[in-house]
Amino acid sequence: MNRLRLTRWLVSLPPTLFLLLFFVVPSLLMIVTSFRYPGEFGGLAPLSVPATGLAEEGSGLYGLTLETYRFFFSDILYAEIFLKSFAVATATTLICLVMAYPVAMLIARSAKKYRNLMVLLVVLPFASNFLIRIYAWMIILGPESTFSHLINSVLDVLGLEPVMLLFSPFAVLVGTVYVHLPFMILPLYTNLEKHDPVLLDAAQDLGANRWQRFWRVTWPQSLPGVFSGSALVFIPVLGMFAIPDILGGTGDILIGNLIKDQFLGTRDWPFGSTLSIMLTLAVLSVAGLATWFARSRTASSN
Amino acid sequence: MALLELRDVTRRFGDFTAVDCVNLSIEAGELFTLLGPSGCGKTTLLRMIAGFDVPDSGQILLDGQDIANTPPEKRPIHTVFQSYALFPHMTVADNVAFPLKMSGKTPAEIKKRVEKALEEVQLSRFTHRFPHELSGGQKQRVAFARGLINRPRLLLMDEPLGALDAKLREDMQRELISLQKEVGITFVFVTHSQDEALALSQRIAVMNQGQVEQIGEPSVIYSHPANRFIADFIGKINLMAARVTQVSDNDMTLEIDQLGTTTLPLKQGIKTGDQGVMAIRPEQVSVHALARHAELPHAHTGKVLDFLYVGDVTTYIVELDCGIRVEALLANSSPGRARFFEVGDPVIVSWTREAAQFLMN
Repeated sequence: MNRLRLTRWLVSLPPTLFLLLFFVVPSLLMIVTSFRYPGEFGGLAPLSVPATGLAEEGSGLYGLTLETYRFFFSDILYAEIFLKSFAVATATTLICLVMAYPVAMLIARSAKKYRNLMVLLVVLPFASNFLIRIYAWMIILGPESTFSHLINSVLDVLGLEPVMLLFSPFAVLVGTVYVHLPFMILPLYTNLEKHDPVLLDAAQDLGANRWQRFWRVTWPQSLPGVFSGSALVFIPVLGMFAIPDILGGTGDILIGNLIKDQFLGTRDWPFGSTLSIMLTLAVLSVAGLATWFARSRTASSN
Repeated sequence: MALLELRDVTRRFGDFTAVDCVNLSIEAGELFTLLGPSGCGKTTLLRMIAGFDVPDSGQILLDGQDIANTPPEKRPIHTVFQSYALFPHMTVADNVAFPLKMSGKTPAEIKKRVEKALEEVQLSRFTHRFPHELSGGQKQRVAFARGLINRPRLLLMDEPLGALDAKLREDMQRELISLQKEVGITFVFVTHSQDEALALSQRIAVMNQGQVEQIGEPSVIYSHPANRFIADFIGKINLMAARVTQVSDNDMTLEIDQLGTTTLPLKQGIKTGDQGVMAIRPEQVSVHALARHAELPHAHTGKVLDFLYVGDVTTYIVELDCGIRVEALLANSSPGRARFFEVGDPVIVSWTREAAQFLMN
């Protein structure tokens, strides 16, 4: 082994250890937990019968079981929440894409000296606390806000019933789109910035109008950016619990809320673990599909 | 009627006049070159012909119709860009099919014409390759095929061979000329390379500082440059500062700094007192060993100062006794012999009366 390789090992050792300790080990613990019984007062039931007679005083359950998985698949409610979470994540991703694309294009086509400033403006919201920004939306969407009054007076003119903006699926979407928009803009911008402008000239020269130039030249070349941006929005939204907690109504809970409740509310660790595993599997399969799709579509453009 | 006619075309960028009142007319089927140093306005002119830029004044007539304000996508003029500008996400076939798709041809017709076009440029085996899988010469061919497939009235080429190495460039030049003969489409090249211009064109327009200085066949431009700039820009040339001292019916007498007086055939429009240069191409200067001192016209003695051997020819730099340096190009035509003279050899340099010409500054 030469020195270069040794250096490479030494440099990569700390992060590898970190990930082993704080990602791989907890994941394995979670998998094991999902096959156990919950303890009577939270936590977990013992794996084997205790030597003392304590077992009779507790729930009496011990060892490994598939009970949580049976429970998960026996109630349609959980599948519904999963589906709803996927729907919210998909809608958020699409709305973010439609909103981010023009912004990313604007930045990419601006003079070089303004680009960094514009990127800074895009990430500036991160400078203030996430929860504070979500609470701000509570005020904006609240029933007494100017915005609500405006919407409802327009509805009134149209002869429609007034609506409650806050604590609704609409408010949840506003929140998720608002929080994740920069994650879509940045990868799109990074991609669009690399496009050779002469290709647009060539397309125009060869007879393509504005619309054709976009769909045939810009869009297909930007697909890698579209895919990475979509992954950066879709995956976090799927596990999101704070936004539905604050902005959503009682019926607007997502998988994230469900998992949080298992650990902090009902204190059913095994079922919480099962839900987490299901979520991880779902995310991995979506990410895998997207990667496969992206590779088959864009293998050529690199 | 000329295919393309430029009338008083002017384009300014702020205080800078990039194209200054250019008049040109290009006939159908021609191989025409806009030649000039960088910044001479040739690229701006090309962009205006293609439609990417609009003249501040003047007209651009295609078949007699003013197209100065027609957008590029509506002009029957296609461009081969310097970097080729092939679409990286499309295969060779899709790149070549692009102009046909844009003009709404049927898939069956597109397929047939793309196959034929790729056959013509010998790329049939590369139909499904992507641009990044092609060599420079192959990319060039794809760009040609894409530019020609929808049969434009005019094909513009911006430094078409600039990105190729010397050997490949020669092959492509021949290929281009035969391709043009086959398709019969008018080609307009834009280049700063005089070699490329001389080899490719039927006519050349030499541009300098936004103006067209001379238009003509390559041989005319080379042997009878209109002024000092063109003589200096195209090929190598010996220039000696000169002044016209006397003009008679057939001759003019020049006073050349250091060298003395000489008489040349009279050129139109030259009058006594004109300042300029006497110009002689290096290949028209003969160098003789001192021993052969016969009665040579325009002969001057000197010493070989340096030489540059490049295989087929050797350039000798001779310093004349009067101090002027003259370059002479000698073909190494006798086999096995690298050069005729060594540094320091005393020699006689001469040229014929017809080889030398007087050019205004």
